[in-house]
Amino acid sequence: MSVHITTLDDRVRLRQDDSSPLSTQEYFVNMGPQHPSTHGVLRLVLKLDGETVREVIPVLGYIHRGIEKMGEHQSYRQFVHLSDRLDYLSALINNWAVSMTIEKAANIELNDRIQVIRTLMAELQRIQSHQLWWGVFGMDLGAFTPFLYGFRDREIIADIFEETVGARLTMNYIQPGGLMYDIHPGFVKRVKAFLQYFKPKLAEYETLLSGNVILQERLRGVGRMDGQTALSIGATGPVLRASGVPLDLRKSEAYGSYGKVAFDVVIGKNGDCWDRYWVRLEEMRQSMKIVEQLIDNIPEGKHMVMKPAVKIKLPEGCYYNQVETARGILGVYIVSDGKESPYRIHLRTPNFNNLWAITETAANWRLGDLVAILSSLDVVVPDIDR
Amino acid sequence: MTGITENIWQAKTVAQRAAEALPESVWFALGYMVLGVVGVAAFIAVLGMGLIYAERKIAGHFQCRLGPMRVGWHGIFQTVADTLKLLLKEDVVPAQADKFLHILAPLFTLLGTILVLAVLPMSPIVHVSDVNIGVVYVGAVSGFGVLGILLGGWSSNNKWSLLGAMRAGAQIISYEISATLALLVVVLFSGTLRLSEIVESQAAGWWIWRAHGVGIVAFLLFFIASLAEINRTPFDIPEGESELTAGFHTEYSGMRFAFFFLAEFINMFIVAALTATLFLGGWMPFHIGDFAGFNAIMDMIPPGLWFTGKTAFLVFLIMWFRWTFPRLRVDQLMRLEWKVLLPIGFANLIAAAVVVLFNFYFFPVR
Repeated sequence: MSVHITTLDDRVRLRQDDSSPLSTQEYFVNMGPQHPSTHGVLRLVLKLDGETVREVIPVLGYIHRGIEKMGEHQSYRQFVHLSDRLDYLSALINNWAVSMTIEKAANIELNDRIQVIRTLMAELQRIQSHQLWWGVFGMDLGAFTPFLYGFRDREIIADIFEETVGARLTMNYIQPGGLMYDIHPGFVKRVKAFLQYFKPKLAEYETLLSGNVILQERLRGVGRMDGQTALSIGATGPVLRASGVPLDLRKSEAYGSYGKVAFDVVIGKNGDCWDRYWVRLEEMRQSMKIVEQLIDNIPEGKHMVMKPAVKIKLPEGCYYNQVETARGILGVYIVSDGKESPYRIHLRTPNFNNLWAITETAANWRLGDLVAILSSLDVVVPDIDR
Repeated sequence: MTGITENIWQAKTVAQRAAEALPESVWFALGYMVLGVVGVAAFIAVLGMGLIYAERKIAGHFQCRLGPMRVGWHGIFQTVADTLKLLLKEDVVPAQADKFLHILAPLFTLLGTILVLAVLPMSPIVHVSDVNIGVVYVGAVSGFGVLGILLGGWSSNNKWSLLGAMRAGAQIISYEISATLALLVVVLFSGTLRLSEIVESQAAGWWIWRAHGVGIVAFLLFFIASLAEINRTPFDIPEGESELTAGFHTEYSGMRFAFFFLAEFINMFIVAALTATLFLGGWMPFHIGDFAGFNAIMDMIPPGLWFTGKTAFLVFLIMWFRWTFPRLRVDQLMRLEWKVLLPIGFANLIAAAVVVLFNFYFFPVR
């Protein structure tokens, strides 16, 4: 029995109908790998009928760096820095995912201080990621100004990170067994100042973009995806929650300090672009709520429960753990053969699954809607190819 | 017409002066013609640079940054440097492109712009040619722009360019209808097609507010439709940077790209200037009916300044839109024109006819 594999070549073959002199022809266009709104090197092969999108075929692999394979040749500690490079906008949360998997496998107990700081950092990172998304989303819809507003506010969080961590983007801060450094003495003050600053700015975001009639027209009802479809393609994070499925690991698994704080899981109703937009804006508010609850009671303690020089060896076996990044569930699967480096690492990245929502939702919408839908999925391409 | 305009400003265009000089000396006439041509060309170059600088500065301040700051004081020579760069850049024509049309397209676009500029009454003395069918001429000649865009998109042999060109074609031709309907309202009011006479007919008050709301509706219609005609945000779908990379001029580089770019900016000025001329009195000072004293004070401000001020305000408005609004989708754009603007345009034209029939203006002068 032979298996027929459908290649890209098969899919881009056209059936031309010459029966009528007025017959029109569908055509294929490459959107990317160099295109302003694919945010990196994502390639989408589009089957277009005039302006209408008939089919979207994502073609991946343009930024594949073999992170999983590299992980097999590095120690567990070293692998953490590679996780920064997955979804670089959730670098700290990725660090946390890898560290937590290793800690659970090696039975490392953490103190409360580490958990609270990790939670704080993760939520700041989530706000920062959503700020950037908001700006880019505006730009994809043709409004350039939100982009710079988003960057302006993002900078403040980047400064907070820089002060404590020393880096602004790929931070490598959360380590197996604790944190790389203790927080900077000015951290609490700075975060409070940021909360003060950002609350009115979020209202400004609403005035500039959310209430705009053009934006509403562009988003409402566009790219609708029901909860069932979203679950079947494995979408997670805001994309899934916008479709009305209240799945949030922060609530359901309550890792870190999430069990101690009160926050709501924001869900949408229709699963259209507007809901995805609204869910993310609302998530920024919820994240601020979490930070507000934690920032005043950071417990005392060490920032590292084990010496950084200690080599970590996991007992033989398979380990899986997952966290909620700004874009959805990041799962880390480690197969250990008892040596210093993992036998195999697999990453279940949120963007890989979220991207396939475009094949479900974009058909029969216009080219302009495709850009809006893609942007509302908030795809970070290096997270897809890893 | 009031006595003020006739006596103080002897309106003479460059073309008229050339015609008067012709019997005496052919060289004088030729000199005036050259003056007109060189004047328009120099004006375009300087204005283009000025507008680009203004746009970048305004965009900068809208976006909490400073804009160009390095070249010269507050970056005033930035556009000069950019122009030099564009002049020196390699002019790439894609291998599969239709070379002749590819080279021709930006010239067409710029040509439409130059020809409109020649009939704009900027002040009683700065006016190249006063065509007796000015309004019709403007409507006809501005069509060159879309021709250039269509040719450019077609000849580039690039699917993105073609999509942009087709969008532009559909958009510009649709919105021209609404713009023309709004123009006709002013033609009805003033009873003339000559742009200078339209300006003079507003001596007692500008058309935007003299006709009980009809003028305001026509003003808004014309302004919105013109924005769509010149592909400015929120109607910039032919370029659609995030959708079509750069739309119809994706395959253009160097000076040919600069032509498209220049035409876009000059078109912005033209729209502002035309709107000011038709609805805000052009170079005509702010007059209120028969209030002679008030009008006399207003007359002290030179007409060139009035024109510049009004145009600059509208240009600022256009830039403000660009740095605030997202972009419409292509079908929404068509819906806005055919289902909203067009019916309003027709209704407004009928209302204007009624206003004219009963001579129902504020400050009726005729």
